[in-house]
Amino acid sequence: MYKNILQNIDHIAIWPVISFVIFFVFFIGLLVWVFTADKNFMNEMSQKPLHDGSELNSDTESLMQ
Amino acid sequence: MELEKIHYDNKIVKAFIIATIIFGIVGMTVGLLAAIQLFYPLANFDLQYTTFGRIRPLHTNAVIFAFVGNAMFAGIYYSLQRLLKTRMFNDSLSWIHFWGWQLIILAAAITLPLGLTTSKEYAELEWPIDIAIALIWVVFGINMIGTIIKRREQHMYVAIWFYIATFVTVAVLHIVNSFEMPVTFFKSYSWYAGVQDALVQWWYGHNAVAFFLTTPFLGIMYYFLPKAANRPVYSYRLSIIHFWSLIFIYIWAGPHHLLYTALPEWAQSLGVVFSIMLIAPSWGGMLNGLFTLRGAWDRVREDAVLKFMVVAVTAYGMATLEGPLLSLKNVNAITHYTDWIVAHVHVGGLGWNGFLIFGMIYWLIPRMWNTKLYSSKLANLHFWIGTLGIVFYALPMYIGGVVQSLMWKEFAADGFLKYQNFLETTTQILPMYMLRAVGGTLYLTGVLIMTYNLIKTAASGKFVANEEAEVAPLPKAIHDGGHWHSVLERKPILFTSLALVAILIGGIIEMVPTFLIKSNIPTIASVKPYTPLELHGRDIYIREGCVSCHSQMIRPFRSEVQRYDPKDGEYSKAGEYVYDHPFLWGSKRTGPDLHRTGGKYADSWHYRHMLTPGEVSTGSIMPAYPWLYEQQINKSITASMINAMRTIGVPYEAGYEDRANDDLEKQASRIAEGLQLEGLDTSSDAEIVALIAYLQRLGKDIKLEKVANNQ
Repeated sequence: MYKNILQNIDHIAIWPVISFVIFFVFFIGLLVWVFTADKNFMNEMSQKPLHDGSELNSDTESLMQ
Repeated sequence: MELEKIHYDNKIVKAFIIATIIFGIVGMTVGLLAAIQLFYPLANFDLQYTTFGRIRPLHTNAVIFAFVGNAMFAGIYYSLQRLLKTRMFNDSLSWIHFWGWQLIILAAAITLPLGLTTSKEYAELEWPIDIAIALIWVVFGINMIGTIIKRREQHMYVAIWFYIATFVTVAVLHIVNSFEMPVTFFKSYSWYAGVQDALVQWWYGHNAVAFFLTTPFLGIMYYFLPKAANRPVYSYRLSIIHFWSLIFIYIWAGPHHLLYTALPEWAQSLGVVFSIMLIAPSWGGMLNGLFTLRGAWDRVREDAVLKFMVVAVTAYGMATLEGPLLSLKNVNAITHYTDWIVAHVHVGGLGWNGFLIFGMIYWLIPRMWNTKLYSSKLANLHFWIGTLGIVFYALPMYIGGVVQSLMWKEFAADGFLKYQNFLETTTQILPMYMLRAVGGTLYLTGVLIMTYNLIKTAASGKFVANEEAEVAPLPKAIHDGGHWHSVLERKPILFTSLALVAILIGGIIEMVPTFLIKSNIPTIASVKPYTPLELHGRDIYIREGCVSCHSQMIRPFRSEVQRYDPKDGEYSKAGEYVYDHPFLWGSKRTGPDLHRTGGKYADSWHYRHMLTPGEVSTGSIMPAYPWLYEQQINKSITASMINAMRTIGVPYEAGYEDRANDDLEKQASRIAEGLQLEGLDTSSDAEIVALIAYLQRLGKDIKLEKVANNQ
């Protein structure tokens, strides 16, 4: 039954247009944010893996020598 | 600010690493066996549990879900705790997750050789195991989201976004693709049929590569590469764009697995366009990884960890350029169904996943055991032997793929195919299959060297089960304000929901129209449901994994219709598959396509061929199936089969389940009598009879329509 209901959706062709609009708006918003965001914030975020509070990991030089 | 003392759980990471290595060795050994079977059929051992058709899914499941899966969890459990500065949400959940996952692997290792399979690639496991996978996956999800909620970091680092997208998308993919109708405890039929089943399966299959083999490992790359290089990621901005564009675009690209098939044209074009778009985020991510090593390239010469990671990221770049190129219809026309695809996935699997995992493990073990690596020399040896292994694997497969494809398509001056016998094109590339096995052996040898090295390393140190760390508590006041994306990063539940929306849009737009708009699958009046005997034959075809080597999808090329249907020139139409639960189009032609095989050979040919393929077709690499002549058709489940099929839309009339076995016996007796006339003494109950019935039905219905039209 649900098939019949959905089959009769008017203008199903508009779905791709809607999804394109969602894509487009989201990506423009994303790009604007990414390139206007605070530089310090970006730097701080990129440092996250390097500081985890453990002694074992504070020496991130390779232990392979 | 006062610092808190916390302990990271290393024990769970250790467990997942051990499982990774064990299943890596097992999965690759099984892969090597499969590779050998392809040029040395005796390696099938004439035993049903070890034939290629059952070994191949065992290999793919073992390396994807056991080797790569366990490594993914090891990487996530290690990095998540440290990026969020907290122990995992709940230790019990961690262990339920670990042991649950290993039990699922065990179940797969038992059921696949037994021939209990749905036949859908990378989703072969039967329904009870599917349910177990869903439950354990949810345990993993609760544990991860719980950890994120109790974090001591305000923002989520980009690696965690990739982990969240992995959790959400794999859950959706697994559930949607696993809709099936149980027949018995270990047998089910896919809810979808034909074209729809193919679309759902490759939406799943493609995104399993995207969200099981790629996104979690991008997270791992974004964590472990900066750690190993001791440098922050090259561009955090780029990583944000990388994440969102990748998960938005990936989900749409599935139909590129079905180019030139009976899938509606618009869906194929959608797959092509999004596949080409994928180059951008993939290469953005690759460059972000490689540029992270700026100023550290001198260390790449010395440090095996960095070497492995550099080759891994490079292999990611190669595979993600190659993938979109393979999605172009003109390239796909000559590469699909060939060993090129096998090379492509192994550049991704051996190079990207394998090498990133090795790099990660070589980095982790000395730290978790608070010692130094036992031997850098052995690690470097592993690196070189592994790299050679990849080269020896991929190059012969590329050459073999192109050679075979060109032979399939070559016409002689008289207008007929130059190589009319498919077998000629297979025997031509057997040397390439042998070289590929050499590549696999090298790669596996490297893994064994690594295992020795890591055991020695662990023995020289002391395992730190609970690693102490001093961290600052999260200040309460800073939860408000900031830009919308940084707000997003602070709200894991909202973030998870948005990632879900992103991947659902693609899936829905792609699938809903094929399910709902009738014109997408034009019906063919003469196509009728299978008879009970044929249905049993089809189940045997599924059990034996015939689909691993034989497609049932003739593309609309002159070379294909002339090879597979020289008389009528019919390529495969969407309407022919409406009763195929599941679809059996296949993705690789190690043997010829079978969609128009019905009526092509005598029953007696099939009977002899399945018993001694090498004698009927000299030089054939097909395994023998002697057990089909001894085992009997399981008539006790015929009624359940008919009922299950009817429930999912196959129009067997009411009450037919009670008469089905009568029809079955009549049809089987006819076939058995025919065989007896040719001196082939067979019981009408033998499984081979059902299989012959199915093969003789394939692709015939559409011709009945032609007859009807001509009258």
